[in-house]
Amino acid sequence: MQTVKMVVTGPFSAGKTEFIRSVSEIDVVSTERKVSADGERAVKSATTVAMDFGRITVDEDLVLYLFGTPGQKRFDFMWEILSEGMLGFIVMVDSTRPETFREARSILETFRAYAPTPYVVAANKQDMADAWDIEDMRHALRLDGKVKLLPCVASDKTTVKNVLLELLYSILAEMDGGDK
Amino acid sequence: MALRGNLRDFTVTQLLNLINLAHKSGTLVIEGPTEAAKVSFRDGKLAYAQIGQEDNRLASVLHRSNKLTTGQLRAIQTRAVQVGDKELGLLLINAGYMSQDDILNSLQSYFTDVVRRLFTWVEGFFRFENDMTPPEDRITVRLDLENLIIEGARQLREWEQLQDEIPSLDMALKFIERPGTSMQKMNLSVEEWRVVSYINPRNTIQQIASASKMSDLEIRRIVYGLLQAGLVEVVRPEGAAQAIERARPQVTVQNREEQKSLVNRLITRIRSI
Repeated sequence: MQTVKMVVTGPFSAGKTEFIRSVSEIDVVSTERKVSADGERAVKSATTVAMDFGRITVDEDLVLYLFGTPGQKRFDFMWEILSEGMLGFIVMVDSTRPETFREARSILETFRAYAPTPYVVAANKQDMADAWDIEDMRHALRLDGKVKLLPCVASDKTTVKNVLLELLYSILAEMDGGDK
Repeated sequence: MALRGNLRDFTVTQLLNLINLAHKSGTLVIEGPTEAAKVSFRDGKLAYAQIGQEDNRLASVLHRSNKLTTGQLRAIQTRAVQVGDKELGLLLINAGYMSQDDILNSLQSYFTDVVRRLFTWVEGFFRFENDMTPPEDRITVRLDLENLIIEGARQLREWEQLQDEIPSLDMALKFIERPGTSMQKMNLSVEEWRVVSYINPRNTIQQIASASKMSDLEIRRIVYGLLQAGLVEVVRPEGAAQAIERARPQVTVQNREEQKSLVNRLITRIRSI
């Protein structure tokens, strides 16, 4: 049995747990705890402190694991551990909270430093009225035009599937590039 | 959709950078603790600015830049109340008092000064109104934002913020290839030119700082300005790739064809969910 993994990362409350939950065939093994900091408690009551864990069985020989990183910076020691051996990673960004864009950018840089694997950025909560435009987010996050910035609603399986597929297409494209 | 937020999370410099890169047209409305400001843009260039209740009509602007005496200003204010700025400008040019360049330079200088004052605002809310344009009778300008962005970044003193923006000095810098951007047009300081001269994907930011005898804070300030102006990007230093590659635990398959087959199986599976 072969296993591969993808990492879903992003700032606190970006929607990582919900994202994995939408496509995982098992109940997401989540290590959520009550939020202790006042500012964070105002956003949500529980957060992931170690990791989320979802699974998609491809066939009897291959399983894909989705790991969600803890969003709070004080748990960033977990990031390097989770990034080891990943096929690629997804950076989730809450489109309605520009105050988290800088942190998202910083997390993206950190993961790129851990492993130069392909990645995509998912602009979550694009169904909300106060969500930023994708192109505005691209500039705010200082993403190169070649980086895939994809609209997403973490609770909507279709958009989550699209994000995963786009990441896989990027991985495939990199392999094709490596052949040349 | 919404381009709105809080200045505590998104600085004026970052907003200008976004407007510049996205070539936005419209008006940025900033509501500070004591007054509000409106700054208009056309195709990503500064067009017009107003702050609080300050008189920004042409006569006042020309008086501030010493192009009109106090007596001339009073005369215009009392006798030409109904005359719009565009009309007044034409009258002054036709009467030989000043040239079109004098008027445009005075307005550019005033609007730039308004934006400079906004750099010190750290509290307040902003929103970008796509449909809001300057009043019809006012003269607008077309001013590139790059120099203002660099200037705004120079004023950024928050060390923590700079650390967030540039978390590692072990990365290198590379010039961004953007058509239409010319280094010659930029007003770079001596220190900025010194850093620019060392930019090369082989040199880490730390090495540039050492070579130009700058502290971590100084180099971060300059790199931040260059990043915000869209002149450079942070890249992994050349030569580091091999070490990173070694540390990278790859997919545990034998060869590239097997890797591709594995990814294709994943794609097929996810499509079927």
